[in-house]
Amino acid sequence: MTYRLAPIDTSTFTAERAAAGTGTDHTVIGSAVQRSDARGHVTGRTEFFEDVAPPRLAHLKMHRSARHHARIADVDLTEALAVPRVLRILTHADIPNNLFTPLKLIGVGPDDEPVLAVDKVRYLGEPICAVVAETEAAALEGAARIKVTYEDLPPVFDVEEALKEGAPLVNEYHGQNHFRYEGHHCRRIRFGDVEEAFARADHVFEWRYQSAPIEQAPVETTGCVVVPQADGRLRIHSDTQACFFTLDNTALILETPFNKLRIVGGTVGGGFGGKVDVVVEPVACVAAMLADRPVKFVYDRAEEMQVSSPRAAERIYIKDAVMNDGRIIGRKVTLYVDAGAYSRHSPYGTTKAAAHLPGPYAIPNVWADCHCVFTNRTPSSAMRGFGVTIADFALESQMDRIARALDLDPLRLRLLNAYRDGDLKAHRKVAEGTALVEVIQKVAEMAGHELPETYRRMSSTTREGL
Amino acid sequence: MPSQIVSLVVNGEQREFIAAPGATLLASLRESLGLTAAKRGCAQGACGTCTVLVDGRPEVSCLVAVETVAGRSIRTLEGVAAGGELDEVQSAFVDCFATQCGFCTAGMIMVAEALLDRNPDPSDEDVVEAISGNVCRCTGYRPIVIAILEAARRRREQAPQEVASR
Repeated sequence: MTYRLAPIDTSTFTAERAAAGTGTDHTVIGSAVQRSDARGHVTGRTEFFEDVAPPRLAHLKMHRSARHHARIADVDLTEALAVPRVLRILTHADIPNNLFTPLKLIGVGPDDEPVLAVDKVRYLGEPICAVVAETEAAALEGAARIKVTYEDLPPVFDVEEALKEGAPLVNEYHGQNHFRYEGHHCRRIRFGDVEEAFARADHVFEWRYQSAPIEQAPVETTGCVVVPQADGRLRIHSDTQACFFTLDNTALILETPFNKLRIVGGTVGGGFGGKVDVVVEPVACVAAMLADRPVKFVYDRAEEMQVSSPRAAERIYIKDAVMNDGRIIGRKVTLYVDAGAYSRHSPYGTTKAAAHLPGPYAIPNVWADCHCVFTNRTPSSAMRGFGVTIADFALESQMDRIARALDLDPLRLRLLNAYRDGDLKAHRKVAEGTALVEVIQKVAEMAGHELPETYRRMSSTTREGL
Repeated sequence: MPSQIVSLVVNGEQREFIAAPGATLLASLRESLGLTAAKRGCAQGACGTCTVLVDGRPEVSCLVAVETVAGRSIRTLEGVAAGGELDEVQSAFVDCFATQCGFCTAGMIMVAEALLDRNPDPSDEDVVEAISGNVCRCTGYRPIVIAILEAARRRREQAPQEVASR
């Protein structure tokens, strides 16, 4: 059995170290440096938000929508309020500024999501009422005893169905089932003339790609503990990945000056993008203010899987104009991001997807429409390279399928089409610092994949050999 | 059903506390005894981050009703570093970069302690088997396996006679 401690090889930087020549080694790159938080982790002394246990801690549990899409006809709190040790039940009327969207901080609008549902629910699991109780069990029982009467509305779960004439309207704040980008119905790229390219191409290939939503599934679920302070401020212990973003959004929802809130955080038991939306803190803050005692609101595992926002499902159509030798002369992409019922970070994710097209290839004619679509599914949001990752799955699958269809080496196909320094990209940016050619050459070498001499001599800095 | 007084030996110390009916070992450690190293990840025995040792055996403490282990010996991560000195498993986790977010670490170290107690020279497969009930969503499994093997090696070097006598 052989194994090694990682990383071990720091010799690469010996010369730099020697060249520093001061007698003191200030070079960090290439040396193993202990993580500053590791000692806390291995001794169990790292403080995660749920390790905080203030006296008189109350617990918040949510009553959630049992429908994908419905009007709320009636909410009956009578039985829930009668549960012993239930302190208070919050509805939308208790939230100072109930309507929000987290990216309003960077000018994204309109506000399209209620903190607690008002007259309608738009996805299964949407929060309606928050029960605050002295014990977790009482909060759970209170939440279970709330009676909501629904008038069902037709739901829509498919991005293309949602964009059809006559589809059920998911989100009235937008007025249509898509996000509008500066007056346009989607994020668009127009570069050259793809139709002309299809007309003169030797081959036209069109395929469809579909991904599912992906839950980040951190081992520590989303949550916070809010502690009212003697000076009137609220101290928020949270596992958010975005402390200041959370503070600012929470202040806007509470209609309170930013300096009334203090976030204690930065220790996140796994996030992966799933702890960026500001969902638990605002309602827990209102609960702590109204109950005048510390409140904990933490998702159980089922809530984490059901209602925390996943990576968006995407549907992507790619149509390529390809010559016999493998050169791609036109690429048309129609991409749909399933935002679910509310914006969250998906308008931004859709822009990222558009920015990533047509992949790292020099294609002279590009047309893309990238739609951010509202459906009655769980709101999607950030997750590790959102927008980009699924686009890459589609683009690189497309490259492999073209190679197979034309019986070409998939690496040579990519080397032929890879962008080089100086190429004008579809977004009217000149490519610089490109390295795809060299990366593919190295991969081929490491995998023992034979490339002909002309391909081995290709470079990102010239168009030689093309 | 009334609450009852439960007595446990935790990290070598006799501890008594009042447990509500149905209280789990995890909740008792965290809320009654203030020992928060063991975490709640799923509360359904699926993620392993709440693992502690009960009479030396790793158990997911979120599924153990505390009155069923009354009088038994419980070991948590707080009891691993004697006098503030990291033990071999802890120091190997630091040196091998086997921690990332840190939320699975307590459970990982406790299953590693149990493994090395009964098998001082585990194979790679033994380690993988030992941590198979523990989820690391940062997906740092490989460094964790390497760290546990390194800890075993350090422990064998440090106390060869003791190991030989087991």
